[in-house]
Amino acid sequence: MSTTAAAASTPQPIGRPLWRKLIGFNLLTAVILGVGGYYLGWFIGHQISGKSFEFQTATDEHDVALLLAYFFGVVGFLIGLGFANYPVSRLLGKPASLREKEEQGIGRYFGLCTDHKVVGIQYLVGIGLFFFIGGLNAMLIRTELLHPVPTFVGPNQYLSLVGMHGTMMMGMMTSGILGPFANYFVPIMIGARRMAFPRIEALTFWLLMAAGFILVSTIFFGGFPTGWTGYEPLNDQAVMGMDSYICFFALVGLSMCLLGLNMMATIITMRAPGLTWSRLPIFVWSVFATSVLMVLAAPMLIATLLMAALDRTISTSFFLAGGGGSSYLFENLFWFFGHPEVYILALPGFGIVLELLPVFTRKPLWGYRLAVSGMLGVSLLSFFVWQHHLFVSGINADLRPFYMLSTEIISVPTGFIFLCFMGTMWKSRTSFTVPMLFCVAWAFNFLLGGLSGVFLSDSPSDTDTHGSFFVMAHFHYTIMGGLIFTFFAGIYYWVPKMTGLRFNERLSKIHFWSMFVAFNSTFLPLFALGMEGMPRRVSTYSPSLQALNVWVSISAFVLGLSMLVFLVNAVYSLIFVRLRAESNPWRSKSLEWQVPTPVPVNNFEQIPVFDSDPYDYGTPLTVGGAPATAGA
Amino acid sequence: MSTLAKKVLGVGSAVAVLGVLIGLYVASWATSQPNTIVASVPPPSSGGTQLTLETVAAIGPKYEPSHPDWVSYLVRKNNKWIHSTIYSVPANSVVHVTLYQYDGDSGLRNPFLSQVQGTVGETETVDGKTINSIPPEEASHTFVIPQLGVFVPLPGVPEEAKNQCEFAPCEGAAHRTITFSFRTGKKGRYRWQCFVPCAAGYIDGFGGPMQTLGYMDGFINVV
Amino acid sequence: MAAETHPGTPEPNHARRFTALWVISSLIATPLVIFLLGPSLPPGNGSEQASGHVTDNTVLLAMATPVLLLVVIYLIYASIFFRQPKGGVLEGPAVRGDSRIQTAWVVITSVLVLSLAAYGTVRLLADNGAGSGSGPKPLTVPKGPKLPVQVIAQQWAFTYRYPTYGGVETTHLELPDNEMVELHVTSIDVIHSFWAYKLGVKADANPGVDNIAFVKPTHEQSFEVRCSELCGIWHGYMFDKGYVVSPAAFETWIHEQQTKFAPATKVLPPYSNTYSPEPTRRAE
Repeated sequence: MSTTAAAASTPQPIGRPLWRKLIGFNLLTAVILGVGGYYLGWFIGHQISGKSFEFQTATDEHDVALLLAYFFGVVGFLIGLGFANYPVSRLLGKPASLREKEEQGIGRYFGLCTDHKVVGIQYLVGIGLFFFIGGLNAMLIRTELLHPVPTFVGPNQYLSLVGMHGTMMMGMMTSGILGPFANYFVPIMIGARRMAFPRIEALTFWLLMAAGFILVSTIFFGGFPTGWTGYEPLNDQAVMGMDSYICFFALVGLSMCLLGLNMMATIITMRAPGLTWSRLPIFVWSVFATSVLMVLAAPMLIATLLMAALDRTISTSFFLAGGGGSSYLFENLFWFFGHPEVYILALPGFGIVLELLPVFTRKPLWGYRLAVSGMLGVSLLSFFVWQHHLFVSGINADLRPFYMLSTEIISVPTGFIFLCFMGTMWKSRTSFTVPMLFCVAWAFNFLLGGLSGVFLSDSPSDTDTHGSFFVMAHFHYTIMGGLIFTFFAGIYYWVPKMTGLRFNERLSKIHFWSMFVAFNSTFLPLFALGMEGMPRRVSTYSPSLQALNVWVSISAFVLGLSMLVFLVNAVYSLIFVRLRAESNPWRSKSLEWQVPTPVPVNNFEQIPVFDSDPYDYGTPLTVGGAPATAGA
Repeated sequence: MSTLAKKVLGVGSAVAVLGVLIGLYVASWATSQPNTIVASVPPPSSGGTQLTLETVAAIGPKYEPSHPDWVSYLVRKNNKWIHSTIYSVPANSVVHVTLYQYDGDSGLRNPFLSQVQGTVGETETVDGKTINSIPPEEASHTFVIPQLGVFVPLPGVPEEAKNQCEFAPCEGAAHRTITFSFRTGKKGRYRWQCFVPCAAGYIDGFGGPMQTLGYMDGFINVV
Repeated sequence: MAAETHPGTPEPNHARRFTALWVISSLIATPLVIFLLGPSLPPGNGSEQASGHVTDNTVLLAMATPVLLLVVIYLIYASIFFRQPKGGVLEGPAVRGDSRIQTAWVVITSVLVLSLAAYGTVRLLADNGAGSGSGPKPLTVPKGPKLPVQVIAQQWAFTYRYPTYGGVETTHLELPDNEMVELHVTSIDVIHSFWAYKLGVKADANPGVDNIAFVKPTHEQSFEVRCSELCGIWHGYMFDKGYVVSPAAFETWIHEQQTKFAPATKVLPPYSNTYSPEPTRRAE
């Protein structure tokens, strides 16, 4: 693989006085216009609903007003950031301003920036922020579950906390790896100077930030009682806070769809010469497989939420049996999105693990084609399994054997990833650096998650475990044990490239071990709790289960503390100590490590030409099969 | 420390302080519940404790400016009507309940709940008449403690009654006076709820006030 | 960048060692799982369906045990024997795949998975839905007499109706021992789910839908009924205690209920598979 690193030739920063910088299209303007848009929408909503829909005012519910307020607020927010500048200037025949690219300094990170590397870091910090918020919700939930009867948290607030935790995590962490790492590194890995649609890339980030804020605002409107799945008819029955959920997920769906689209366009069209599909880094393959799911599944979510919003505002009956609709319709529509959604969460994790493994085992990726077919197989099959969420719901009984089969089958391509993992580690020379530790932890966690999934896919066994804490344990093992552990693997692996700084080794190892032990201690007992009859989303349970719940809660607190260790590590290493990292501390042969740190604005001086995949590790074998010894 | 580090530290500290304040706000929101009202001790002849409640069609802007149109229960304490639904009663004793019902009828979705269960004598007294069930279409609210097996349907004020109550505290308006008693056993925190679809504008009449503590749902702390 | 071998010490045969470790541990652990752990697995033996689930869980666990051991032992083995020496810069062998191993893996995992799916289908159909809610038209129906019991889920309590006993409705569930029960689960408002975990039965309650589940309790016991689909503020509180009693005690009990709830039974709507009480949409 031949590369040419670019000599940075960045334009000089334009010096402007502070007050001049404050006026213009930036975050401050965005917030002001967002708030303005909110009140405008609220006013318009009341004008519409006050006259035509009497029941709205009778119950003091202002669903139409709130939905329009959120909509106009987001539009105002995006206009304030400057997203309308390019379309409007082109419409008016003016040349587009290049100010977005010229800005230097830390201000870029707080506004619309079309540099994919800036967007990657924006994502990392933004998603990290909402991840912590979701995590704090979880801490409150576990505090409440210390006692079998409601003690600290009121029953409504508890349901809202549960809903906020799940919704925040699912909405934010779907872009948890694609957002920061794919945005930053996919163009570099494929030898491109930028993403296919840089402005859309920035849009996906800011949509997510606006969405997160909207979700958190639900506590001002009474919260929402449905959990992250938003089932009808409870959805329709809920108070105003439900609209925050609807808006949040619709914006997240839009962000996901655009992110996937951008990734696919970039990977398909902007590969450098010589980079055939069979030489593509496995991480890029996983991003591609995920993007297909994002583009196809997210619109379903948006459409479903629109139907739910219509039910709530103008009294349609899509989901009300009394009006000719069906509660099954929502379940099916939601899970048609929901199941690919969880594979959107899992696939990037596969990609990161298989990408990092060759670097730390000093061997090429074992079974490259098998791994790719595993990812694409998971991607394809994920659309055919969704009714396993509905096994006990009374769906047409003919369907269950089919969905049992399809769900069981999807574990076969997932198994390929494990085989490639094990094959790559076989007879390797592995350095157990912190990123490698997270990858090994992924293998253990996802194994438990996957095996428990086999139990859930068996319809008779699912009868006991559906809707119980067993399911909670399963998906926390696959999503948190899978995605979040690989998220941290990516952070420890790539932050030296993104910032040029090293993490403190001891703090990193303390973070890993405390997180791994606390994670398993928290979620392993949940399998037992589920089997012993504890349903999901409850704050009251059979008193005989209290001991186990206390154990889980204490472990969860330790897990939260381990996240604090990470925060301390990040602040200490990246802000205070700021030890320079070498240019390629992991001795990786992947292209992103061959460019200098900090990565120049246009990534490469000359577009590289590829002649192999990035897994050129290891000692070639001689004819007899023994590794060759180097000559003198 | 470099100037960048100082800036970041400054911003970081501000963010941390803001975060803690927001966290405290969220924690206070999460834990906010109506006050617990302790049942009072009635005149010595009856024994046990007394709980005086009322149900109103609309709580009114004075008590609850955010939801003035919501139906609600109120409880009497020190000669004032308090907007709370969490009551504290002693264990292993009799609780006498006097309830002033100011709301009109909505009917029951499950007519099974029109029969009185779990009270002393399996009856309630409405305006002086002792009955063991009401016509289901006359139900205005119910007072049900499922874990103690107490089911008390509350008939509504007839439509043609004069002087119907507009907002709480509804002194002097048309009402029904309902009394019943129930026994408590061992200590615990039990929930109670209304089973009548009285939440106007919500699906099946079970949203809004029917799903909010302080209106049509509450706790009975048996201490 | 050579893979150095210390002169004199041959590279151990990792393949043989690891395979031996795995096979031996699987041969020890799997029978332990089947015979020691299996019988005490949840949900217990409260009903035929629950016992069937215990068998299913045992089979699944027995198949999962070698898989679990494979990966876990591998991870531990690799961490010990395939390490980079401290400060070393050695490389491993540049092997990119082995088509025999890959083919074997694909074939074995597919066979495993297909056989699990077949097993699950057979168990589902042979056991008449295995205690799960099978909708208004279950694929297989048990032969012989069945006691129909309707579970009405509402916000936020379960009530139970016995159509063959005059349509009497009760607040808790009692079932006669050793008789097949045909549960009809329905809801009159939002989605709930009827879960009696000791009896191994779970059926969602959807408005306007009659969800049928079959259960045959095998001994007298008390069991807990919990709602397992989020239905609003008191979802966690939507539980009650049920009892399996002897058929004679059941007859006594149900006649007591008929007397006790006579006033209520008079005003109940006629028994039907589903109900749509007013208000069906927004309350006025």
